[in-house]
Amino acid sequence: MKTKHITRKATRHISQNEGLIFEKSSPGKAAWKLPPLDVPEVDTAKLLGKQEREDLGDMPEVSEIEIIRHFTRLSTWNYAIDLGMYPLGSCTMKYNPRVNEFVSRIEGLANGHPYQAEKISQGALRIMKTLSDCLLEITGMDAITLQPAAGAHGELTGLLLVRAYHQSKGNARKKILIPDSAHGTNPATAATAGYAVENLKSNDRGMVDVAALAAQMNEDVAALMVTNPNTLGVFEQEIHKIAGLMHAKGGLLYMDGANMNALVAKTRPGDFGVDVMHLNLHKTFSTPHGGGGPGSGPVAVKKILEPFLPTPVVITKSDGTLGFEYDRPQSVGRVRAFYGNFGMFIRALAYIFANGPDGLRQTTEDAVLNANYIRKGLEGVYDLPYSTPSMHEVVFSDKVQSKKGVKTIDLAKRLIDYGFHPYTTAFPLIVHGALMIEPTESEPKEELDLFIEAMKSIAEEVEEDPQYVLDAPHNTRISRLDETAAARKPVLRWKPENA
Amino acid sequence: MLKAIGIRSIDDLFSPIPAEYRLTRDLAVPRQMAESEIVDWFKQRAKENGEGYASFLGAGAYFHYRPVVIDALVQRGEFLTSYTPYQPEVAQGTLQAIFEFQTMISELTGMDLANASMYDGSTGAAEAVMMAVRITGRHSAVIARNLHPEYREVLNTYATHQAIPLKTVSFTDSGQIDLKELEKAVGDDTACVLIQSPNFFGTIEDVEAIAEIAHKRGALLIVSIAEAVSLGIVEPPRTADIVAMEAQSFGVPLGFGGPYCGVLATKEKFVRQMPGRLVGQTVDKNGKRGFVLTLATREQHIRREKATSNICTNQALVALMVNIFMTVYGKIGLRELAKQNLAKAAYAADEFSKHAKVLFAGAPRFNEFVVQTSDDPYAINSRLLGHKIVGGFPLKKFYPELGHAALWCCTELTTRSMIDTAVGLVAESEGSARSKDAQPEEVVR
Repeated sequence: MKTKHITRKATRHISQNEGLIFEKSSPGKAAWKLPPLDVPEVDTAKLLGKQEREDLGDMPEVSEIEIIRHFTRLSTWNYAIDLGMYPLGSCTMKYNPRVNEFVSRIEGLANGHPYQAEKISQGALRIMKTLSDCLLEITGMDAITLQPAAGAHGELTGLLLVRAYHQSKGNARKKILIPDSAHGTNPATAATAGYAVENLKSNDRGMVDVAALAAQMNEDVAALMVTNPNTLGVFEQEIHKIAGLMHAKGGLLYMDGANMNALVAKTRPGDFGVDVMHLNLHKTFSTPHGGGGPGSGPVAVKKILEPFLPTPVVITKSDGTLGFEYDRPQSVGRVRAFYGNFGMFIRALAYIFANGPDGLRQTTEDAVLNANYIRKGLEGVYDLPYSTPSMHEVVFSDKVQSKKGVKTIDLAKRLIDYGFHPYTTAFPLIVHGALMIEPTESEPKEELDLFIEAMKSIAEEVEEDPQYVLDAPHNTRISRLDETAAARKPVLRWKPENA
Repeated sequence: MLKAIGIRSIDDLFSPIPAEYRLTRDLAVPRQMAESEIVDWFKQRAKENGEGYASFLGAGAYFHYRPVVIDALVQRGEFLTSYTPYQPEVAQGTLQAIFEFQTMISELTGMDLANASMYDGSTGAAEAVMMAVRITGRHSAVIARNLHPEYREVLNTYATHQAIPLKTVSFTDSGQIDLKELEKAVGDDTACVLIQSPNFFGTIEDVEAIAEIAHKRGALLIVSIAEAVSLGIVEPPRTADIVAMEAQSFGVPLGFGGPYCGVLATKEKFVRQMPGRLVGQTVDKNGKRGFVLTLATREQHIRREKATSNICTNQALVALMVNIFMTVYGKIGLRELAKQNLAKAAYAADEFSKHAKVLFAGAPRFNEFVVQTSDDPYAINSRLLGHKIVGGFPLKKFYPELGHAALWCCTELTTRSMIDTAVGLVAESEGSARSKDAQPEEVVR
């Protein structure tokens, strides 16, 4: 049967072996050169005394061509958006435009020092101001901070604002309500912000159970953290009622903006009752994921929370120039040194410029269209636990395939052989054996068809030869790794053999 | 595609959004721009942003040379456009690179192991304090006043909500932490002492003496390192329990303050309390070496509210820049690079001391020093700007007790002629300030 299922998208080819950089090191090799010193040489022993470092231990010594080859070879072992669809649900793996990279490296922007005088920082400040204005228009909120370095950092900032707000009313309150479908960062953040977490059950349509919320909502609850669309890709249709319930008891509505790619230019969280939300510039606004970061997690708020925003805040001064305002007595303080991941602001703004109002709307429509096209293509082949309409992502389950002993992770590993990155497995937790698929707007129909074909083919393989799927991937450099051994006796760094 | 899905129009897909909340107008954002227009817009902004100035600013963000291979490699799509390596079979490139990063950071900091990065030095320091609280079961922390002021502000934000009281210890005439005051401040409920070395004034702390004071009372020592290049020639804080470092100096552009690259390094016994991602070595089912994300039971996607931290996204691509930088300079180059920084700053400090007061002369320093002038540093700096020079960082805002003082920084990119020009202009301004002060006295005489 192995020949029957042809993977149209991928073929095996030679990839280079490459050891650790330390294994290539030998004394005398070098890839660096410094200019001759134009000031007097110093006696390091005299200047540093016992603080002088004698030796840099096992740091490598290699040549430039070895460095280029080393990292180039490593790079070829990665899957990437540039190679094909990356259907990770809730991760929004969209195309990362190269013009973003280009403009972020323009000298005056890349070399700007965070403490240079405001007079010579007007360019950077203008970028921050313009991006802020655009994000406020997109979210329908009133004020914003760009300081948080990532989504989870934005969540923390948002909850600190919530806490400061309640404190100003005389009671910080004790709890944060979080639906059982939420990302793990939500409860972890609530704990970091000093709140207790109370779980909120979803209803049979995969949405917040409004009746349950009404029962659980009281004056101890500071806020509800809701992701909309939620992690099932379902729009919370009663979001305005949810907001009303929260507000009636003095609580606030926090929206995790991880799935904002389904909403931009079609609806605005500020309009449907959200008080505070974060955005992930590395999801919705096309800044690259870079193998895990950097991200950027601006937090947008309604007027009532503005006094508490982290310092500094960008303001327009009386002479029309831009500046930072530090004197904000009610601020929660800083959440990061300097002003945030500025390089990501440049990229996100370039993305907004490249799209404009029409492009942003089209993007959202295409993202939702693509997800629904996949849903239609795989319906009946994989179990769809919730029939509620999908927005930008769709969640199936392995219910059919697990009867043959094949689980979501196994299907995902087999997908690798077909030339795709796996979808998100086993999340959200409310779906047993979840397959969470988000194609984004970037994928052309041809790529979506290849994906659907691959998923159908894998489903057939499960019926014909489940063991073959269980043993996947078959065509990668390495097979499945022993993760248990890695965690039991962690080897977290290289050491020379004779050590 | 609409037909395949079985709908008539794209609007049908958005019907779950209640009609009254559907946006029926265009967003008021700038119109769609062509690539050439986008490039032009940002080039204009760059011109308004100090392009072409010589700078003596450091203070937690350092201007070092970035070898061109860094950008050539990090812009490869396979690094740039990949996700967190949760699927190791298709992410060995990123995983092996992180493993090498962890190794080099451990080696440079003198710790047993390091994580795969934190947001930056400030949040890394705050996470280190929370880690110390978990390890010791104690609830307060002692912080050096010569720790980067913005790091202290961030820590203060985190600590307030974790109910961790902070005690601040001052510095002496050498710019170093006051050991006597420290001795008194550390108590039985102190989870950790957090210092910076080289500290915010650029002087190097006696880490061993500080470690002894902390450890005597059962507290951990956390050392924050903001200027990573110092590790090339300054003895690393081997007696520390946690090193919280900002690795921006290693090949990361200044970028108006970010993205940077925080890292935590620690002793093996504390690894399970460390936040952030970790890569470990293992084997596949054929016995072939490979790398995976490991010890995930510390993390939010598994432990939710019981996780060591809420951190998810880190600074992977920036860590890769750091990694390549460390590989380029390596064992010998890093030392030579650090030595040039040391020599430039020593020369500049000497030159400044002929015309103004260089503070904290009693302790060894790396590439930063504090110059006290009779005139206000803001006024001096605005005169320097006219000569396309960005002067030192005025300290009045954070350390009013130092009067008219500014923190100056020299790196391998600071030329002798830049130094001489800046010193000349400061000398001129000092000369005129002094004669202004002197005149009334002469009149009296």
